[in-house]
Parts: sequence; C-alpha cells; structure tokens
Amino acid sequence: MSYDVQSIRQQFPILNQKIHGRPLVYLDNAATAQKPIAVIDAISNYYLNYNANVHRGVHTLSQRATDAIEAVREEVRAHINAEESAEIIFTQGITDSINTIAFGMGAVVSKEQNIVITAIEHHSNIVPWQMLCKRTGAELRHLPMNEHGELVLEGIEEIIDENTAMVAFNHISNALGTINPVEAILEHAEKVGAWTLIDGAQSGPHAKVDVRAWNVDFFTLSSHKMYGPTGLGVLYGKREKLEVLPPFQGGGEMIATVTLEESTYAGLPHKFEAGTPHIEGIIGFGAALKYINEIGIKAIAAHEKKLLKYSTVECSKIDGFKVIGDSKNKASVLSFIVDGTHPYDIGVLLDQQGVAVRTGQHCTQPIMDAFCIDGTVRASFAMYNTKKEIDLFKAALEKSITMLR
Amino acid sequence: MTTIKQRQEELVKEFEFFDEWMDKYHHIIEMGKSLNALPEQKKNDNLLVQGCQSKVWLHAEKSGENILFQADADAIIAKGIIAMLIDVFNNQPAKEVAVANLGFIEEIGLKDHLSPTRANGLMSMIKQMKFYALALTD
Repeated sequence: MSYDVQSIRQQFPILNQKIHGRPLVYLDNAATAQKPIAVIDAISNYYLNYNANVHRGVHTLSQRATDAIEAVREEVRAHINAEESAEIIFTQGITDSINTIAFGMGAVVSKEQNIVITAIEHHSNIVPWQMLCKRTGAELRHLPMNEHGELVLEGIEEIIDENTAMVAFNHISNALGTINPVEAILEHAEKVGAWTLIDGAQSGPHAKVDVRAWNVDFFTLSSHKMYGPTGLGVLYGKREKLEVLPPFQGGGEMIATVTLEESTYAGLPHKFEAGTPHIEGIIGFGAALKYINEIGIKAIAAHEKKLLKYSTVECSKIDGFKVIGDSKNKASVLSFIVDGTHPYDIGVLLDQQGVAVRTGQHCTQPIMDAFCIDGTVRASFAMYNTKKEIDLFKAALEKSITMLR
Repeated sequence: MTTIKQRQEELVKEFEFFDEWMDKYHHIIEMGKSLNALPEQKKNDNLLVQGCQSKVWLHAEKSGENILFQADADAIIAKGIIAMLIDVFNNQPAKEVAVANLGFIEEIGLKDHLSPTRANGLMSMIKQMKFYALALTD
C-alpha cells in the first residue's frame, strides 16, 4: 500500500490553518510533534467518561482509569519489546527519566569510576551526569565527534574502560539528525560491564526500537515527540538494574508501608512513580502509539527519509547554504546555516511566511561550540509533512535570504 | 531640532506605508543595514544587552546635555530594532530619554508581532538605553 500523506494530514486538524496569511508549514517536529484526532479524542473521552485517580479506588471509575493506564504500559512494553511491563516506568519526560537514573546511580558509583557520554548529547543527557559526577567524584568522559557530526569510535576502548559505570548516549541527535552506531557502542560497554542508557527522544517517532535485541539497560522515550501529550516520558530499565537503584522522589504510590519514622518502597514500576501519574497523558500516549503502529514506523521513517533527501538536495542549491551535520546516516533533521545570515533572522522571516522551524542551539551548546557557530536553523520532518511543503519552505528560505543579504 | 515625540511620529508614518509585515520587516532590516557598525574593538562583553536572544552591543556617551548611542548586533533584525530606537533617542537630552514614553512601538504593532522572547529583548534594549540616560543625567 502506498503512503497516503493526505489522509494522514486529515487526522491533524491543526495543520490546516494559516499563519500570517500563509498556509502553515510545520517543520519543528523535533521539538514537538502535532497530535492526531485519535489522541485528542482519547484525552476528551477520559475526562468525559472515566476521570478518576488510579491504583487507589475500589470504585468503578478508578478501576477503569487504572485498567486504561496499565493497558498502555503493556502496549509500551510490546512496542519496545521489553520483557515485562513492570520495567516500563512513566515519568515526566526524558529529562526526568535520565535524572531518575543519574540520581539513583549516586548509590552505586564510586569516585574511581567514570561516566561516558558523547559530544552530541542534548543538555538533558549531559547535566544530570555532571551532577552525578560532582556528587560522587566520578569522572565524566565523552566520545568525540568529527566534522560530519558523527561519533568517532577510534580509541573508544580508552574512553570506555573497566572503570566505566555508565555509557549514556542518544540514538539520534536532535540537533544534527545523526543516527549513532548504537550496536558498536553497546558492544564496547558490554565488554567492560558498564551500564548503558539510550536517550530515545528522536528514535521514538522515527525508528523501530527493540531494547532486548540491543540488550541496553535503560532506554527513554518522550510522548510529545511521538504525537502524544506533553509532560509524559517513558523510562525502560532492566528489572535487575532498577531494583538496585533507590527511588528519585518519595511520596504517595511509591511506598509499601509508611510509618512516621520509616518507609519501605513498593515494587516495580511503582517505586519510581511517586504521586498521581499523568493519567490523561498516558491514555493519550496510548492512542498515539496505536496511531503510529497503524501507519507503521518503517513506512513513516521511509517517508521522512525521502523528505530529508529531497530537502537536502534542493536547499543545497541555494548559494551559501551549509548543512550542519552531514552524516550519511541521518534521520529527519535538516540543520543548517546560510552564509551572511543569522539563524534567528531566518527563523523570524520564515515564520512571517508561515514556516515553523527551530533556531538556535537546540539545547546542544557543546555541538555548536565544536562547529564554532552560535546556532543553526533546524527543519525537522514528521509523518504528515509533504514534498510540496519542502518547496514552500525552500521558496520562503530563498526570499528570506534575499531580504537579509 | 526634532523631539523624541516627533521622531516617533515620523517612524509610525514610515511604517504605515507598508501593509504587509514582510515589508515592515524588510524596512527594519534595511534600517539595520544602514546603522553604522560599532568598531570591532568596542564590541566587548560589557556592552552586551542582557536578555536578548542574539548579541546586541550598546554604547552610550554624553555630548553636552545630550546622549549619543552606538550599537551593533549579530542578527540583522535585532540590529534594525536597535537602529529604530537609536533613531528616536540619539542626540536627545539624556534627562528626556530617561523618562520618554515610547508609544510608537504600540502604534507600529511591533511588540505584538515579535515572539515573546524577542519582545523581551526589545524591552531589554529600551531599559538599557534609559539606564544609560539616567546614569548620564546630571
């Protein structure tokens, strides 16, 4: 069956509007994706019909809400092929997921050890590890990148060594779109017995993930980048790893017994889910997952790959256009600068023409420093973008450049 | 000599000429391009206006009772905006700059048309200019 982008677009009513009198061309999907009707309906349906707190009530609505979020937990498990649904923890997002692990590892990391990240991480996969290293005295190391925005694996055995406690890296770079050599890095980490965490912020919407095939210890997803609601993330962890980590936050739901002196913690996944969870978010995310699977992640990725290739080829014809991050293995992100222009100016003028992009450092200041630039313009694609939109984007970009030079 | 108020009225008139915001932006960009650039050696971090997304350098000095501004920015729209402000404030009595009411921003619709972070940047520029003016008032 061919990929019917027009019928997909009909499921995203927000796309059908004008911005400053021009049709909206939404190319800021790496920041957040738009939501299909199925997601919006699922959230409405929850509030219209079965809003209640979960896991506590004996009444029917509470049972229904509990069943609904637990069903999503199971769908997430199946989606990433985890062994059991208790290994799926709902968090506030990827930042929260990574902080949960980095905090917990404070109990198991010593100052002789080191933590390895990479040169192309989002700040949310840098700062929590810097904080862990500060607390424990462990050393923070990173895998370097080359001028194409690709990780350099030569010398990896000197960086990931027998003292490495954790290797944490992203599957796909949000700023550059580089798809990292996950298997090769995991292999080195496994060899020395280091724990591993993969930031899947950009894998969720663009790639098939199998955590057991990877044999990764921790993996994180972001709902809102996968056409689901904001404020919700997923933390997957292998049971034996999650069990040795202390909880990040204390409160309701995460306890087994509480006296005024001492508490014992609940089992997985509740140990890491203090407080009332983001119930509507989880239910909406379930609908988003279902929608992604109906279209098929491989079909989506293939469509986006065409858009990326087309936009890269077309925009490269523009005088002074320079792609930042030109790895051969890329997903869905066209990050660029244009000679003689500032990214902010391009962003403002594109917006005036209805085109939404991200400008700046994309929460990846070390990458921008490495390329010696202040920032880039980033166009990022999703399942509903079209070739025609790339043409509109390119025309708007050319007009902006003419005005700015 | 034109007053701060008159200069604002002139600016509003200039912008009324354009119906489309793309054209207004074009005008802002042209103002940015024609602003005399600050010499490189003057672009030090002390002159950076805090609170702007792009880098904006602002220098002020006194000439008699009046205040003279020089500015630059790495992004051209920001430079155009500071050029507009300089157009209004340059070589005006410092004590008047410090208390001036900038109605033209509303009238042009500039603030509504900027993203919130950029609108904050605009407010930061104005604040910095008034701060200099206050400091240079006898």
